[in-house]
Amino acid sequence: MNFRTASIILASLVALTACATPPNSTTDPNGFGTGGANGMASDPASVAYFEQTVGDRVLFPVNESTLTAEATKTLNGQANWLLQYTDKTITVEGHADEQGTREYNLALGARRASAVQNYLVSRGVADNRIRTVTYGKERPIEICSQEACWAKNRRAVTVVTGGLNS
Amino acid sequence: MIKLAKTLALVWLAALALAGLAQAQNKPLRIEITQGIIEPMPIAIPQFVAENPAAQEFATKLTQVIVADLVGSGLFREIPQAAHIAKISNFNAPVQFSEWKAINAQALITGAVSVTSDNRMVVKFRLFDVFAQAPLGKGLQFVASTNSWRRMSHKVADAVYVRLTGEPSGYFDSRVVYIAESGPKNARKKRLAVMDYDGANVRYLTDSNDIVLAPRFSPNAREIIYTSYETGEPRVFLMNVDTLSRRVLDSAPGMTFAPRFSPDGRQVVMSLTNRGNTDIYRVDVARGTRTRLTDSPAIETAPSYSPDGSQIVFESDRGGGQQIYLMSANGGTAKRISFGKGSYGTPVWSPRGDMIAFTKIYKGRFHIGVMRVDGSQEKLLAGSFLDEGPTWSPNGRVIMFFRETPGENGAPSLYTVDVTGQNLRKINTPTFASDPAWSRLLE
Repeated sequence: MNFRTASIILASLVALTACATPPNSTTDPNGFGTGGANGMASDPASVAYFEQTVGDRVLFPVNESTLTAEATKTLNGQANWLLQYTDKTITVEGHADEQGTREYNLALGARRASAVQNYLVSRGVADNRIRTVTYGKERPIEICSQEACWAKNRRAVTVVTGGLNS
Repeated sequence: MIKLAKTLALVWLAALALAGLAQAQNKPLRIEITQGIIEPMPIAIPQFVAENPAAQEFATKLTQVIVADLVGSGLFREIPQAAHIAKISNFNAPVQFSEWKAINAQALITGAVSVTSDNRMVVKFRLFDVFAQAPLGKGLQFVASTNSWRRMSHKVADAVYVRLTGEPSGYFDSRVVYIAESGPKNARKKRLAVMDYDGANVRYLTDSNDIVLAPRFSPNAREIIYTSYETGEPRVFLMNVDTLSRRVLDSAPGMTFAPRFSPDGRQVVMSLTNRGNTDIYRVDVARGTRTRLTDSPAIETAPSYSPDGSQIVFESDRGGGQQIYLMSANGGTAKRISFGKGSYGTPVWSPRGDMIAFTKIYKGRFHIGVMRVDGSQEKLLAGSFLDEGPTWSPNGRVIMFFRETPGENGAPSLYTVDVTGQNLRKINTPTFASDPAWSRLLE
């Protein structure tokens, strides 16, 4: 027999252990504004009022990050609210619909969040009260694969993250 | 002992000559992958001989995995064991070629397995050209722990693949890192997972508390670079596959994503977003220092090194739409290479250096395609509602990607397709799966 011997280097199999939850995670694990229970919507200082009456989100056309007339109207309301309640801080979450590649949509979501941030700053909101984050196509709120759903997913959501009522 | 690598070519030529003499109508026993396979090669793989009782179980399983590898490549058609006339009960007995020829087997693999008292397994095999009535190359023998019987199967299949295709290497003894997905579409849970290339031996590396995206192996497959939201924003993390210890790749601020190793594993290229603008940076893995490679108000992302490390292919919308560009690994002027209709993203350089795989979006459909490095000879290999994220097999002959189905119950699965566009196959995974990245051949 003239066999050539080759031995396999054995990868050591380490038993799987689940990673611990990161200790400093303070963000909403769902990663998007869910609306809801923070204060009475009738209280203008409440997060609920901001979400429901002021309007916490703006929508974008396909593959764009420029603000529509309707979006600027909503953002004017957000700016006024933030100028009135100066203890509030916000995170602007940028999102994309599912019709794009993952990496590009992350960048597009960042562009959208930044467009909102820049507009709010231009209306007098202090830059350091605004944080931005992109979720790309990772967190759709509507799940059909039609324009009716995609239009609602191409959004930037302003989440109130700090302040007495948050 | 004669070195296989040196003699293989000669043995091969001899075998080809014999085959030609033996059967003038038959082409030489060699598969030309580049031409696209019209008819898979009929191959007989009788169950490997168990040389002692402890080897019985492994002989069966090993043979099944070898068959699955070779048939799964699309290049071979197994002649079922039920159709075999001859039985191999002694690995060293002379092969009765006429009995294999009678069932039209062109290639024959015989093998034997024995298991030692310390749970080590010896696998040996021979490959024959039935019509030439001659062995193809020397017999090979692998020794390893019984725990790694699957890897031994893959190594046998890789050796057969190499001998019958003339390719420099196979791709079966490899792993894939991917994102395991579960839950509804609007609250998807994502976990980092690794598996063998064929979907076996799935192992989860993270829990589902944080979104994780687009993992890639280091060149030696011991580390994974990926994007995680565990700090509340997308950040590139580096994880050791064995210990699961992980760290943020670099401490400077910003959202970072789309990481990929340089061929030597010392650098990572990735995207960094600063005030809404996304550019490409290089990070020195050991030092954590960043070097900016692109500087434009456009989106620059999805960078991938050439195998020699001298160039980077990436996507940018600097020309208006999402297109593919090449630049030096040190940045500087970039040259656009995609000029077809539609948008192009996620370029990945072939390990052979000759092709770029990409995702193309055209008229609302997503395609996986390949093109030459200069952008010519574009070929689409697959297309659907959403096909995305190609990754190359270690030998550059197969592409894995994920396909997401549309609608409210839409979900992703992993697929492979031959670089010729043939042999589209779904990989079975325990959960939904996306963002695959293939390792090199394991060491």
